[in-house]
Amino acid sequence: MTFTCCSFDPEGIRPFLLAGEEAERWVSDVGPGIKRIELLVPGAGRAALMPEIEAELAALPGVVAARVNLTGRRVAVTWREGEAEPQHLIDRLAAMGYAARPFDPRETGLLKDGRDGSRLLRALAVAGFAAGNIMLLSVSVWSGAEAATRDLFHWFSALIALPAVAYAGRPFFHSAAAALRQARVNMDVPISLGVVLASAMIMFETINQAEHVYFDAAVTLLFFLLAGRYLDHLMRARARSAVAQLMSLSAEGAVIVEGEARRCVAARDLRPGMIAAIAAGDRFPADGRVREGVSDIDRSLMTGEAALETVEAGSEVHAGTINVTGPLTVEITAAGADTFLAGLVRLMAAAEQGQSRYIRLADRLARFYSPAVHVLAAATLAGWLLLGNGWHASLMAAIAVLIITCPCALGLAVPAVQVVASGRLFRSGIMIKDGAALEKLASVDTAIFDKTGTLTRGEPELVAPRQVAAETLALAAGLAQASRHPLSRALLREAERRGIRPAAIDAISEHPGFGLAGTWGSAELRLGNRAWCGLGAATQDEGLLEFAFRKGAKEAILFRFQDRLRPEAAATIAALQARGIDVQLLSGDREAAVQRLAETLGVDHAIARATPQAKLAHVEALARAGRKVLMVGDGINDAPALAAGFTSMAPASASDIGRTAAQTVWMGDSLAAVTLALDVAAKSQRIARQNFALAIGYNFLAVPLAMLGLVSPLIAAIAMSTSSIMVVANALRLGLSRKPVAAGTEHERPAAHPMRQTA
Amino acid sequence: MTGLLILIPVALFLGAIGLAAFLWSLRSGQYDDLEGAAWRILQDDDEDK
Repeated sequence: MTFTCCSFDPEGIRPFLLAGEEAERWVSDVGPGIKRIELLVPGAGRAALMPEIEAELAALPGVVAARVNLTGRRVAVTWREGEAEPQHLIDRLAAMGYAARPFDPRETGLLKDGRDGSRLLRALAVAGFAAGNIMLLSVSVWSGAEAATRDLFHWFSALIALPAVAYAGRPFFHSAAAALRQARVNMDVPISLGVVLASAMIMFETINQAEHVYFDAAVTLLFFLLAGRYLDHLMRARARSAVAQLMSLSAEGAVIVEGEARRCVAARDLRPGMIAAIAAGDRFPADGRVREGVSDIDRSLMTGEAALETVEAGSEVHAGTINVTGPLTVEITAAGADTFLAGLVRLMAAAEQGQSRYIRLADRLARFYSPAVHVLAAATLAGWLLLGNGWHASLMAAIAVLIITCPCALGLAVPAVQVVASGRLFRSGIMIKDGAALEKLASVDTAIFDKTGTLTRGEPELVAPRQVAAETLALAAGLAQASRHPLSRALLREAERRGIRPAAIDAISEHPGFGLAGTWGSAELRLGNRAWCGLGAATQDEGLLEFAFRKGAKEAILFRFQDRLRPEAAATIAALQARGIDVQLLSGDREAAVQRLAETLGVDHAIARATPQAKLAHVEALARAGRKVLMVGDGINDAPALAAGFTSMAPASASDIGRTAAQTVWMGDSLAAVTLALDVAAKSQRIARQNFALAIGYNFLAVPLAMLGLVSPLIAAIAMSTSSIMVVANALRLGLSRKPVAAGTEHERPAAHPMRQTA
Repeated sequence: MTGLLILIPVALFLGAIGLAAFLWSLRSGQYDDLEGAAWRILQDDDEDK
């Protein structure tokens, strides 16, 4: 399914409609008589367009200022109350060629992301400030400050460190407390314990005018850990906001007919019994029954079937399918939670819950790491006591062990890798929703592909007959110009490719369910299904789509089409198989079409006519057999299987629900994104493991020293910083390889795709 | 000693001003659109002044 808005909807962008009271939800007051709204404009992804958009909007009467946020693809507009309306802004943007709709951060969870992010950043700033200043004071102590001067410096350090620890340590304390309450141990438990004990001990030492005090260790530790935490957050927030941008253009409505009057109603306000007018090219907003009209509908997102289906009065239609050839009036039979679509959403939610919880690499490590650290510290304390060193010296040694083993390199090891990896994928147009997805991609052993829209573009291509007279094609293309039918579009593309000008045909009429008719000179022309052109039914289904063309009384010619493959589809399948990944095809389309594609691509295992339930069952059966399944799909019918898969990918052209269900979404046409994602995931996993080895190796060296009491604050500070820097530097290697990727060429204009949803 | 007692708080105070400035810039949304800010500096938008 990839009808871009340009080929499908020649009239351009239909602006988002803001109903009167509805608008208030999005608008905020920013001053006396000044209103502000944020509009999401996914098309505004290029910096060069920024001044143009700002100038156009600011030129509207009453508008005070307009400012584009390029990162979030949003425009914030302020205007004087009563002098402008939000709808004008949206209409103006639509006239410029940008689809826009109001933006509400609450809707997508972005607001919470933003708050979490700035909380972490504030903690990071405080910890950084404290660490820097304490380090300066500590350097003076290490270079020989003595007696009263040293004590003064220690007091200053304490004055800075204690509030800083109390403030910047909160994210860790909260997380550790939450884990302990559930009787679990995570990485934050030894961190919190180490920091709290160290702070207590520091105060005791300072009061007793001791020589060695670990202020800088405690605060630097927090600083590095917060950096890791912030990187982790950054990655998730970035992916989430990108996905939210894709999602938010999908809000739809319908034109409701009430007697003579027509009005627009948002999809969520539709009720059974309403009569909706669905224009050709529109999506059905709810399930219903056709009352008037004949048309062909495209159900490929629902069923995976590429061929159009003819509907007439009395036929059932489902939300999410697209009305292609003729206008229909539909009586809504189910809306909201009762639709077929909503049923699939419930199936998807159940599949998600049924998935066994994946435990991330760092957490798996924490299970062994935390007890080990605590045992070591306790053993140190016991050992020193047994050797008769007294409580004070023994405690100091034990705390030195806790501080030196504090997993600051460990805390950075994985987030740093994941941020670099996701940034690298992001530049190539691949969005990973969280770090777990990256880890999961690295261990996939089975890949299941959907057919229509995933391996193919849902865009038919003329394959037979190979030789067509230019005149015939010109006539057929001339007829096809009048239709939105995907096969008509394919004929036009073919004519254009061969440099043939479509002929000017008179009196063209479209007969939904049959085809097109027109006259050229004295001859009657017909283009459509076999019956329309007087051909008998096919003897054998070869899995091709067909359009017959007849001129006058002559024998009809059969144009045959095949769904066009995505670029790199064959290469991607071959690359996956070469890696030992079992590739399977799982489609809702007819056997012949699926079989044909499987043979072209060299896939042995292909299943046809799979319902959403069957897809889900297939994926779950494989999961029970211990397989790690990567599900790649785009349709509404794939969503439950996407949610059930060990991990999943969807193209940006997928249905909204498919994109929500998938853990990774890629932009652009090429299927090479799948191999690229697997490559980067495998590489990042390798580097993450190396990082763990580095961090743990450092502990192997440092812990014995700490247990023997040989670690001074200076050594602790140096060891901690070097191990962290090493881990980050290692992670950066991932971003160094700048191999050009096919998918990368697409990422400048990803926003063109979601617009299809509104077209 | 007395010098240190005065100078260190002064230094810390100056540092704290920097920290406060950062926190303020964070709060006022100056880090919301890093990508856009990088491009804006290259654009000629002075003509309306």
